[in-house]
Amino acid sequence: MGGFSIRKAVLGAIVVLLCAVMLAPIVIVAVVSFSGDAYLKFPPELYSLEWYERFLGNARWTMALWNSVLVAAITCICSTALAFLAAYGMIRGNMPFRRVITALLLMPLIVPHVVTAVALYFLSARFGMIGVRPWIALAHSVIALPVVLIILQSALKTVDVNLERAAMICGCNRFGVFHRVVLPLTAPAIISSLLFAFLTSFDELVISLFLAGIRAETLPVRMWNSLMLQVEPTIAAVSTLLIVVTSTALLAEWALRRRTA
Amino acid sequence: MPLGRLSQWLLLAPALALLSALFLVPIVWFIAGSLASLGGASEIWGETQRTLGSTAIVKTILNTNVIALTVTLFALLLGYPMSFALSRLKGAAFTLVLVCIVLPYFTSIIVRTYAWMVLLGRRGIVNDMLLSLGLIDQPLALLYNRTGVIIGMTYVLLPYMVLTLYAAMKAVDMRLLQAAEGMGARPFEVFRRVFLPLTMHGVLAGCLIVFILAIGYFITPALMGGPSDMMMAMLIEREIELSQNWPAAALMTIVLLAITLALYSIYSRFNDQSGAEGF
Repeated sequence: MGGFSIRKAVLGAIVVLLCAVMLAPIVIVAVVSFSGDAYLKFPPELYSLEWYERFLGNARWTMALWNSVLVAAITCICSTALAFLAAYGMIRGNMPFRRVITALLLMPLIVPHVVTAVALYFLSARFGMIGVRPWIALAHSVIALPVVLIILQSALKTVDVNLERAAMICGCNRFGVFHRVVLPLTAPAIISSLLFAFLTSFDELVISLFLAGIRAETLPVRMWNSLMLQVEPTIAAVSTLLIVVTSTALLAEWALRRRTA
Repeated sequence: MPLGRLSQWLLLAPALALLSALFLVPIVWFIAGSLASLGGASEIWGETQRTLGSTAIVKTILNTNVIALTVTLFALLLGYPMSFALSRLKGAAFTLVLVCIVLPYFTSIIVRTYAWMVLLGRRGIVNDMLLSLGLIDQPLALLYNRTGVIIGMTYVLLPYMVLTLYAAMKAVDMRLLQAAEGMGARPFEVFRRVFLPLTMHGVLAGCLIVFILAIGYFITPALMGGPSDMMMAMLIEREIELSQNWPAAALMTIVLLAITLALYSIYSRFNDQSGAEGF
């Protein structure tokens, strides 16, 4: 707002402070995870990899890591595939009740996850599906679907129908159009979708908490169970791992968009 | 290629099937099944009166709203200057502020909550610092009480507020502010009479989205709160995990869903009017 520079300086100071507060917890947890002290201090007096060794040396933690990766991998493929088909159908089709259907598909973002989780638990307990990892992945796909649908819809909107028509005239069949025109043009968005769906599942706690049982504990569930007992530093190491996964995914997505832009 | 009627539905079918099988049907089945297990309509009505009339539950519903409202206000207060800066910055500074908002936004909620538990504990980092600076003589109780819940939830939900406000502020034509200034308005007046009204729909949208998310919140209040900070989502979990009381959980779910969907319909209605698309 033009204004005096004092006003700008005050605003600048507030924003810098807020940014520091936003980043501080994440940075501090990452630093503390390398601590060699008996309890969590910042900055640590001693540095060591003790908590990472405890994490990787504990079968329950490594099992949780493997469960998380497996569930997230199934989720990202499943939700991206379904969302891509749905988005294509909605963009190229001309269906009635389109607004209603869109609202319906976005519902899992709005309905509290506890409600979804409890309802799924009610059903899963009856059919013996507690602790079944592909089932957890399907449940995560419901949550990831709206996120991925938004990304893919906006990407598909930019694909010119005439390109598809041209391919058809040149002798492509429908599958060929899909495979040679639509998929290559939306490849960056598809990779973004895969990454965001992976993150959604990898970080999801509430639904996993109800569906995992003891057999299929994911990393967030394992963290939750252990936090209920005490704030132990091993969790700092696991947190740092999750932060690294998140940052890597975001960085990859950003680099991808830069390259294609 | 434009699609035929059949093929467009075929493409949509798998997503709708997944949504029905793992979202719509379970929610309806859970609510209907739990209530039906009580018996007939009169038993259900009796249970409803007993459950929703009990002091503990009324207190929880009240608590939930108070906490959600406080968190929304704090998020607005902190988010407004931050989004303003974000909407005016360019280049490296813009990227830097954006990273400070987006990285926490995508970091696992349990990681963020744990981070604040490390910071706010009795022997936590914040108390350590305040003690060594001599600002306090005794560690403050910042965790396992209302303060902890508010701090943790505001932190987790702030990015939603900032990103919503940012979209509204980015659309404001800066020349309008210059015009107001040129005609002699003082900076505060420019803000109050031009900028604030132009970003009001963003403020409402941001507040609604934060409130909707806060009211159904579970993880952060469960880990950072004390016994008197019970929220609706936690109560639903507790009814099932501890007491296997499915009808009570179903009734609480109906209340939570009703509030959430009512607010969401308001949100989507005026969001349509302002021309914003989708979610």
